[in-house]
Amino acid sequence: MADTILVLVEQQQAKLNRVSFETIAAAQAIAKDTGWQVEIAVVGSGIEAIAQELAAKKASKVYAIESPQLAVYTSDAYVYVLKEFLAGKQPKLVLMPHTYQVRDFAPSLALALGKTVIPDAIGYKYENGKLLFTRQMFQGKFAADVSFADSGNLWMATFQNAAFRGDQAEAGTAPIETINVTVPDGVVRVQAHEIFKEAKQAVDLSQSEVIVAVGRGIKEQKNLAMAEELAKLLGGDIAASRPICDSGWLPLDRQIGSSGQTIAPKLYIGLGISGAIQHIVGMKGSRTIIAINKDAEAPIFEIADVGVVANLFDIVPPLMEEIKKAKAGA
Amino acid sequence: MKILVCIKQVPQKDAPLKLNEAGTWIREDISYEVNEPDAYALEEALRQKEKHGGEVVVVTAGPARSQQVLREALAKGADRAIHLIDDSFVTMDAVSTAHAIAAAMEGETFDMVFTGLQSDDYGFAQTGVLLAEILGWPHATIIIGIEKTETGVRLKRELEAGHYQFMDMPLPCLLTIQSGINKLRYATLIGIKQAKNKPVKQLTLADVQSKLGTNLQKIERLYVPVKQKKTEMLQGTPGEIAKKLVDKLRNEARVI
Repeated sequence: MADTILVLVEQQQAKLNRVSFETIAAAQAIAKDTGWQVEIAVVGSGIEAIAQELAAKKASKVYAIESPQLAVYTSDAYVYVLKEFLAGKQPKLVLMPHTYQVRDFAPSLALALGKTVIPDAIGYKYENGKLLFTRQMFQGKFAADVSFADSGNLWMATFQNAAFRGDQAEAGTAPIETINVTVPDGVVRVQAHEIFKEAKQAVDLSQSEVIVAVGRGIKEQKNLAMAEELAKLLGGDIAASRPICDSGWLPLDRQIGSSGQTIAPKLYIGLGISGAIQHIVGMKGSRTIIAINKDAEAPIFEIADVGVVANLFDIVPPLMEEIKKAKAGA
Repeated sequence: MKILVCIKQVPQKDAPLKLNEAGTWIREDISYEVNEPDAYALEEALRQKEKHGGEVVVVTAGPARSQQVLREALAKGADRAIHLIDDSFVTMDAVSTAHAIAAAMEGETFDMVFTGLQSDDYGFAQTGVLLAEILGWPHATIIIGIEKTETGVRLKRELEAGHYQFMDMPLPCLLTIQSGINKLRYATLIGIKQAKNKPVKQLTLADVQSKLGTNLQKIERLYVPVKQKKTEMLQGTPGEIAKKLVDKLRNEARVI
């Protein structure tokens, strides 16, 4: 029998996280190269509808690992049931999306099985029978091709958001197998409370046509006024990378990235933003990306349409003058 | 409350990184600094100690140069430090690093271990979670609030897209700390002076070797990423660049 790639999808409160389809697409692509087969597993409570949705994708099987004790996610319960499941099935490769939830339990799960996870991959290569996962290092300044050092089963890897396209997951029909499990008393050592959202976000940056985003290169809080003026001139909003909000210079609802908002404006201007992965995932859908940064090696230039390697304080003032002139002329 | 904080020395944010000749790692002749999320983990531990008393111990696994981040932590208020000292820690995988730290904890009883949520070099986001598994402790990741309770701690976890969750956890436990959970302090002059007399225990690789496995994953090659997009780099004087940018804003982005 062919080796198996098991995709472990993510659900919360019986709602499938759409990023799961990206992981399925990744598994299908790897399966084409390796000749391995794809199976899908979902863990939770009341996940029948999710299993059916998954069964409409091209896979050999969908496992619904079901227990009322899995209604609320805890690392303890997930590791307990998945360790037993994976130890029994022995898939060659387990693929997961690189979400906060997966980051919370996957390392424990791998270690409990004596294995390792290659985390946050952005792609894979299959070279002369060897499977390599590509991941970013040093905040995206370098990429690394990483292999598993052992030849056994239960390789595990997670894929970064948007590394594959979910809408390219091939359709098909897969049989569903429901596996009822129990989590013994004492396994779960924590009490997880309900998930909530804080008071509605004051600004919805996803609706902005122009975003001027500032990063560490802005140096001091008082320099934000300049960026704000530029945003205003262009009829846009100011936003920031995480460190700026961490410093309290702008409120958290102005943050772009994995822990903030996701934007896709007509124009994004990055001022002194280096382009850490966590920021890029929130803005790479922008139609035109202009980056001004004094570091020519900054990863933001990898995805920018227009780049300027310079001190932003030299460029922004004359830029504002030129915009004013252009607007007056028009 | 006795808290161990795991910190790591990483290349400075704007250090110009170059590949080594073999294309397996970076050239090491650069400046280093403490991994930023770890700085927040340390700050949180110091704040917990100020509220509840106890002791803050910092540990790092790295070459001789990494003693600098321990000295800085001691200057900020940590009580003592443990240095797992060896060049090989630089290329060790997260599982072995976690085993080494667990070995360094032997003979001590901590209430909590804090780590940053991930490192700026590898970005594994695993070492803390793995350490919890090795210790047999519960853990929680990406924490932005910690309150001591009767039975342990009440935690606020950051989830994606503006969602949060509270969680109650018994002690001992391991927490990975999100950047921005607090405001970082600077070391004071008196702190820097006092740090000189604070103990730094050194453990060699030989001291912990028996606890380590072999690396389970291997970096085959490291390289400058292939460009995803064609970027037009604008050159000239600031005035010239400003004019070119306005042209882009008008004709490509069409926002003016």
